[in-house]
Amino acid sequence: MFRLLGNDAPEFVEIELDAQRVSVPAGISLAAALLLLDALPTRRTPVGAGPRAPFCMMGACYECLVEIDGRVNQRACQVLISAGMRVRRQLASAVPEAEA
Amino acid sequence: MNRQFINDYDSLIVGGGLVGAAIATGLAGSGRRVAIFDGGDRDFRASRGNFGLVWVQGKGADYAPYARWSGIAARAWPAFAQSLLEATRVDVGLQQTGGLDFCLDETEWDARDSEMRRVQAHTDGEFEFQMLDNAELREWIPQVSERVLGACFSPRDGHVNPLYLLRALHQRLSDLGADYFPSRPVLSTTPDGGGFRVDTATDRYTAGQVVFCAGLANQRLARDVEMDIPVRPLRGQLLITERVPSFLPCASVQVRQTREGTLQIGDSHEDAGFDESTTLDVITQLAARAVRIFPHLEAVRLQRAWGALRVMTPDGLPVYQQSSRYPGAFAVSCHSGVTLAALHAGAVAEWIDGSRMHPLIADFSATRFDVSATRQRRA
Repeated sequence: MFRLLGNDAPEFVEIELDAQRVSVPAGISLAAALLLLDALPTRRTPVGAGPRAPFCMMGACYECLVEIDGRVNQRACQVLISAGMRVRRQLASAVPEAEA
Repeated sequence: MNRQFINDYDSLIVGGGLVGAAIATGLAGSGRRVAIFDGGDRDFRASRGNFGLVWVQGKGADYAPYARWSGIAARAWPAFAQSLLEATRVDVGLQQTGGLDFCLDETEWDARDSEMRRVQAHTDGEFEFQMLDNAELREWIPQVSERVLGACFSPRDGHVNPLYLLRALHQRLSDLGADYFPSRPVLSTTPDGGGFRVDTATDRYTAGQVVFCAGLANQRLARDVEMDIPVRPLRGQLLITERVPSFLPCASVQVRQTREGTLQIGDSHEDAGFDESTTLDVITQLAARAVRIFPHLEAVRLQRAWGALRVMTPDGLPVYQQSSRYPGAFAVSCHSGVTLAALHAGAVAEWIDGSRMHPLIADFSATRFDVSATRQRRA
């Protein structure tokens, strides 16, 4: 759904996404990289387990939360790609027992 | 400057927060033509900063009418929430599954227990409560720390999303044809031939009734019609965490969990004047107390905090007062705009429109603060 703009071939670096090595452009936000990779949804909500993805891209909506280097609930739109970062989508959030 | 002269209304409501909006829905619902004048975003707006509890436990421990009034208000909430939902399609998120007040030590336990017994006595036993010890509490909510002594549980307590409540009331006002004027504070009120003139920066309004529901500004505004409504600010700071899986089956004074999973941590009481800022020491204390009650919250991050000013009368009880000098002028002040919302939209609006006076309303007259009345009581 998303593609890179511009003619300059960007420099790519490797990060780890859900224990898989993937190659993404350096210098963009993690949220942009997740959209580029079409790695959606990026999380499920903690109460209703609803699917979520990056939305506002400016730190306000808290929809793009992911685990980065072991810390959960980080806003992917506020973090730039850095080589070797370990990212996990929060897809296994607890579901209310009635729905589980 | 020539002000436009407007006399299209029966009732002028000064203040569009939870109190003013609830009363206005009642008046507009009985066919009155209503205008609501509200302040701006820089004013102190308790309705936008509060905790959202529907709370009976402990209310009126030292004043029986308040215990009864709060009990009636809490029992009215389910039907009130349903009527708002049907009329506006706004779900205020009422969860009335009871409420807890955690006791960390014996002093707190004894204080709660004696307070609740007094409320029960004042309501002929209608107010129910149960003191839960640590084992009972942890059997119900396993996340509670072993270090908590216990909690007071009362089944009528609950919570709502206070912002949705405000939105629902304003939606209802708009549907009923009431006119809401945001950022149009009332500058002065003048008694005028059995009615009142109300001046804003741009216009002058006349009507038979004026109702002051302006929170901390009530004292200043109601003075124009010779009513003395003493109110002072009492700051509360609130913390908001990231969303976590639901674990709290009901609200508590210290922590409540929204339907979406956010934890709201609160209940500081600070004499800080007209200052609604947050302070690191209070944020730290509130967070530490929440972690002391629920140790697993240590790993949960805070997202934001804010301060808001409660509207406190000298004895903490509501004021429902009609001016004796200028009938038609009313003042309503309280710090429980959420809990009492159904009564403000119902019984208080009926009292103001003259259709019916609930007998308990007379028990909340502001004359109790008169210097002469105080002297008499002391004599």
